[in-house]
Amino acid sequence: MKTRLALLAAALMLSTSAFAQPVEGGRANVVIQPEPPSLMMGLVQNGPTQMVAGNIYESLLRYDENLEPMPQLATDWEISEDGLTYTFHLAEGVKWHDGEDFTSEDVVFSVDVFLRETHARLRQSLEHVESVEAPDDHTVVFTLKQPFGPFIGIFEAGTMPMIPKHIYEGTDFANNEMNNTPIGTGPFKFEEWERGSHILLTKNEDYYEEGKPYLDEIYWHVIPDAAARAVAYENGVVDILPGGSVENFDVERIANLENSCITEKGWEYFAPHSWMWLNNREAPFDDARFRQAVMYAMDREFARDALWAGLGQVATGPVASSTRFYTDDVTQYTYDPAKAEALLEEMGYDGEPVRLLPLPYGETWQRWAEAVKQNLEEVGIPVEIVSTDVAGWNQRLAEWDYDMAFTYVYQYGDPALGVSRNYVSTNIAKGSQWNNVEGYENEEVDRIFDEAAVAVTPEERQELYTEVQKILVDEVPVAWMLELGFPTIHRCNIKDLVTSAIGLNDGFKNAYIEEAE
Amino acid sequence: MVRFIISRLIKAAILLLAILTLNFLLIHAAPGDPAAVMAGEAGAADEEFIRQLRERFGLDKPLITQLGIYLGGVLQGDLGFSYRQQVPVADLIFDRLPATLLLTMTAFVIALTLGTLAGVLASARVGKWSDTFISTAALLFYATPLFWVALMAVLVFSVHLNWLPAFGFETVGSGYTGFDRALDVARHLVLPAVTLGLFFMAVYMRMTRASMLEVSQLDFVKTARAKGLKNSIIQRRHIFRNAMLPVVTLAGLQAGQLVGGAVLTETVFAWPGIGRLMFEALQQRDYNLLLGVFFVSAAMVLLFNLITDILYRVVDPRIRVA
Repeated sequence: MKTRLALLAAALMLSTSAFAQPVEGGRANVVIQPEPPSLMMGLVQNGPTQMVAGNIYESLLRYDENLEPMPQLATDWEISEDGLTYTFHLAEGVKWHDGEDFTSEDVVFSVDVFLRETHARLRQSLEHVESVEAPDDHTVVFTLKQPFGPFIGIFEAGTMPMIPKHIYEGTDFANNEMNNTPIGTGPFKFEEWERGSHILLTKNEDYYEEGKPYLDEIYWHVIPDAAARAVAYENGVVDILPGGSVENFDVERIANLENSCITEKGWEYFAPHSWMWLNNREAPFDDARFRQAVMYAMDREFARDALWAGLGQVATGPVASSTRFYTDDVTQYTYDPAKAEALLEEMGYDGEPVRLLPLPYGETWQRWAEAVKQNLEEVGIPVEIVSTDVAGWNQRLAEWDYDMAFTYVYQYGDPALGVSRNYVSTNIAKGSQWNNVEGYENEEVDRIFDEAAVAVTPEERQELYTEVQKILVDEVPVAWMLELGFPTIHRCNIKDLVTSAIGLNDGFKNAYIEEAE
Repeated sequence: MVRFIISRLIKAAILLLAILTLNFLLIHAAPGDPAAVMAGEAGAADEEFIRQLRERFGLDKPLITQLGIYLGGVLQGDLGFSYRQQVPVADLIFDRLPATLLLTMTAFVIALTLGTLAGVLASARVGKWSDTFISTAALLFYATPLFWVALMAVLVFSVHLNWLPAFGFETVGSGYTGFDRALDVARHLVLPAVTLGLFFMAVYMRMTRASMLEVSQLDFVKTARAKGLKNSIIQRRHIFRNAMLPVVTLAGLQAGQLVGGAVLTETVFAWPGIGRLMFEALQQRDYNLLLGVFFVSAAMVLLFNLITDILYRVVDPRIRVA
């Protein structure tokens, strides 16, 4: 009997420590880099804006690490069998930060009026939408023109933030004064912004999820120098370093400090995928053998271990492994300089030098370009590194003025959202660095991507995407590098910081601070 | 004197417009524009989206029209809107100005007083070990990259000794007010101001030393000595005052630049000043903001040059007569 009681007590203790009660109160000190231009998420969609404003604005759904939808402003939803009608039932008692009620009218306004005008990425998906209607205050019905597989994946705050109709209707959105004091439905409210110094968000006391959020306030610290950000963490000024806050060569040291935890989770939705654009229009890149040789010549595992602190993984093709419909059943390009040389000889490459444009995003990318240069020169491809700043880089890509150029692109969970755009020939147009910049044309690939986007069942889609991945990997329109790992480093006593596929961008509603051990 | 000032002011205004026009053309010659940068950050943008941005910012108009609109605005005291931050440029600049002035002025005072003092000391002991020591130390600070000195200062005084805060303008979220706040800001000011000050100090030190030595060889100093004046009086009244002329010139030139901030120091120490604002605006091709910063700093350079010229007349009687 005694043993049993002791066991029971032990089990109880275990269960309480495993399911610790969240602690209320406290302040989170977080680095934000670079400083966001604005916090109005409907107008600005860059990374830092999404990270801070992800606490202020919300969308209908969230996504777990397997990209399965979870409730947010919508408590439940149905998709009709023909894949054309999506019905969402909204949470009751939700209020905007200024006290007004959030209703289905706000959803219709946000999607159909505001974001259709301002959100470059969403409006491409909205082309599949026939109508958005609000039959009652708490129901929204989306009707599609044809089935669109990835549709259920776009109800994320960065993609479809809910915008208050009562503030923006009939105004000039870009110049509305309220842009400087954003109003959302989220767990934290905007409090103050000292430009160049910090942004303060405070707890939304009227938040509709019982008991949440736990934290009282979040301070976002603007610290422009990477070394200074590392010092800020070491000195205890900040407790959370979002991915990319410190240089990769500092990650191991910082993560090994006392009470320091590191996680790579929270990037599954974005799946940052890096590659080098190869300008398929010009020799020698117009020959697939040259492009394959580039793949074999690069030691991508070295790049991951030496430049990316061992985080992330070698990319196998156009789709990242956390994105839906990924397959690794494709040709593998393992580091093999001899094979590269053989391919170059077979095609009769004359040793013409090529230009390489690094991504102007700091040390790691510069060094990565140098590593690639060395790899390629070892197999006999002379490389000239051309340096630019961000604006110059944008310009060169938009005008196709490059031979090879580093980039990384988010995949947004579905090949139809974040993959096909870079390979279909209908997406070849100057002026954008997000489309088919490499100039690859293949009718078969176009056809499969088109079919896969509107195929109704996941099985059909998987089959089509597997086929297209095989073709692309054989043809190497671009040189895939790594699925990037962006580590979040934080004090171990800050719990439940990353609870969804968009990580810190999902807001801090679940986060709480335990007393440090 | 009044006529002199008025004529100089008119010249300054013309010069300012010329500078603005030149800056405007130079910036637009750089590759990429704010629309492309902003579209690049959006994660997805088609040509239509970029075209809409250009239209919204008026970047689709001919360059000469854009210049006309801009200069017209400036003449009416309107520096325009920051494309990226959607806030009036003047607000952004004047928000940052106090922090920048606090930093650069403190550094300036440190540089000027320590520099001239060290220069006088060194010149009085030419060839002795103290002269060598002062000269070498000053040169060392001048020759070492500023960001490295800054990082080392942080490492020693902030990380290891934990005496001073590593960065920032004040302790964020401390709730300090009044004297406590001033003290807090002062503590944050020490490292960046001293780092920046030491860098400039070397210049003043070298210049004062050289100038003191040069003047001390001149005939009127010999006369003073021949008259039997006390050495301290000769040093102070005759040599120092004359030796200060080039130093004042340099200080005047530099004082104008203070408003432009100190990009490196502000970046390493996360000091929310103009230098950083300008650097970020440049990266993002935020034309209006960049031009605004240039405008304010150019105006300050011109103003301080004017003040220098007036000071000249005070320091050097020969100019007054001429």
